[in-house]
Amino acid sequence: MNHRAIRAIYLFEMARTWRTLLQSIVSPVVSTSLYFVVFGAAIGSRISQVEGVSYGTFIVPGLIMLSVLTQSIANASFGIYFPKFTGTIYEILSAPISSFEIVLGYVGAAATKSIILGLIILATAGLFVPLHIHHPIWMLAFLVLTAVTFSLFGFIIGIWADGFEKLQMIPMLVVTPLTFLGGSFYSIDMLPPTWRTVALLNPVVYLISGFRWSFYEIADVSVSVSIGMTGAFLAICLAVIWWIFRTGYRLKN
Amino acid sequence: MSSIISVADLSKTYGSGFKALKNVNLDIKRGEIFALLGPNGAGKTTLISIICGIANPSEGRVLVGGEDIQTSYRKARSLIGLVPQELHTDAFESVWATVSFSRGLFGKPKNPAHIEKVLKDLSLWDKKDSKIITLSGGMKRRVMIAKALSHEPQILFLDEPTAGVDVELRKGMWEVVRTLQQSGVTIILTTHYIEEAEEMADRIGVINKGEIVLVEDKATLMQKLGKKRLTLHLQSKLGALPESLAHYKLDLCDSGATLVYDYDTKGERTGITSLLGDLRTAGIRFNDLDTTQSSLEDIFVDLVRTS
Repeated sequence: MNHRAIRAIYLFEMARTWRTLLQSIVSPVVSTSLYFVVFGAAIGSRISQVEGVSYGTFIVPGLIMLSVLTQSIANASFGIYFPKFTGTIYEILSAPISSFEIVLGYVGAAATKSIILGLIILATAGLFVPLHIHHPIWMLAFLVLTAVTFSLFGFIIGIWADGFEKLQMIPMLVVTPLTFLGGSFYSIDMLPPTWRTVALLNPVVYLISGFRWSFYEIADVSVSVSIGMTGAFLAICLAVIWWIFRTGYRLKN
Repeated sequence: MSSIISVADLSKTYGSGFKALKNVNLDIKRGEIFALLGPNGAGKTTLISIICGIANPSEGRVLVGGEDIQTSYRKARSLIGLVPQELHTDAFESVWATVSFSRGLFGKPKNPAHIEKVLKDLSLWDKKDSKIITLSGGMKRRVMIAKALSHEPQILFLDEPTAGVDVELRKGMWEVVRTLQQSGVTIILTTHYIEEAEEMADRIGVINKGEIVLVEDKATLMQKLGKKRLTLHLQSKLGALPESLAHYKLDLCDSGATLVYDYDTKGERTGITSLLGDLRTAGIRFNDLDTTQSSLEDIFVDLVRTS
């Protein structure tokens, strides 16, 4: 294991985070605060309670997940796409480092960044609504699992993309709609039966449901199903990345 | 001298079906400066990319320091420093940060003294805190060399190191390369400037259309393939060549003031003695004569044309 290389990539990526602190941390915090104002205060005041918690409180896990998902994908996809774009990837490919170590460096940094962000948003949320986390360990576990899984997914997008447009396409056209329809702002029990069935095809539902359970012990689907589905998505991402490095897809040809 | 790089039956076919390398065999000796010459698209960069791990080979085997580049890539790659042709840099990083990053990437422990030495050798020390985006093209090129040297490689690949670098800097670069060789580093450079290969290399390889056309000691190569040219400055201008000299393939230049004769130094007979005798018989006198050896460039152009 080339520990120094993993460390070098990780610190290099984290340095980019600190250098672009405003856009990395501050802007998601601002937009999340706006969600609280709009959904929590303005609209939420007309919705009494969802499954026993106030609406403002109910949306906190969903909002954190929304940011963690999109930021994980954005960080990781940009992190690996940018060296491909500038050509500096040559150095990574010619270094005595395995593909696993490359992924560890890039995905580790992307996930770290979105976990920090998730925790900052959690703290921000605490300023707006009273929060009580029933299962803090599980909460952290879901946060880490989601950040890692979607950073892996972002890594795949970054490898696949051969232009800035493609880099934006999947997050905008697929991930954002899935997140909004994934129960960030509502319980899927509030949907008509047909739509509820459709919603269950959305993997994000399981993430948000599990995460929300760790907060309030309320869930759309059982926790084990949530963990299982997230684990399955993680396994798929790992398999795709294994294939990418095995074949050199968009990297070595 | 033992081989530090050994390329055997290496082929590369791109997805488009284009064969960039065809059954390449090549050995690089430890400690030498090897110049790889070839026209654009000949396969120079593809060959380097495969040896360094940036591209996958389609067939064949490469050993670096005795280690297979695929099964033992960690050991093989840690011996190599690569300076690619294009200026790929992290625009927003400082020189110091980017060079230190390279050292870490190659698994070497921190060594500020070594980085300092590399930057000083490449006249980059006063720019160590500058962002790369603010540097000139020549400086960026040196930053890339510094990155390649940061992890103390035994082999240095320089892909077109002096492309777009002014004459002064080019000479400085040659100096750096020579110093490196003296410290035991094996250097493989590709270049468009034949003058550079002539100046620097111990051995020269010529690649064309994905095939190694020739590998030779520079001196031998120039001797073996070298043609010489005899120029005779005539006392009085000639209107046309006499019949008796027709079989010499002479050229009458400068509106009849000089006679030019090309001959092969490796031929058994150069034909000079008989030419001079026949000139005398024909009553053609000359004031002066000189001979010139053809440059590597002429040799190269000849080779590429015939292969």
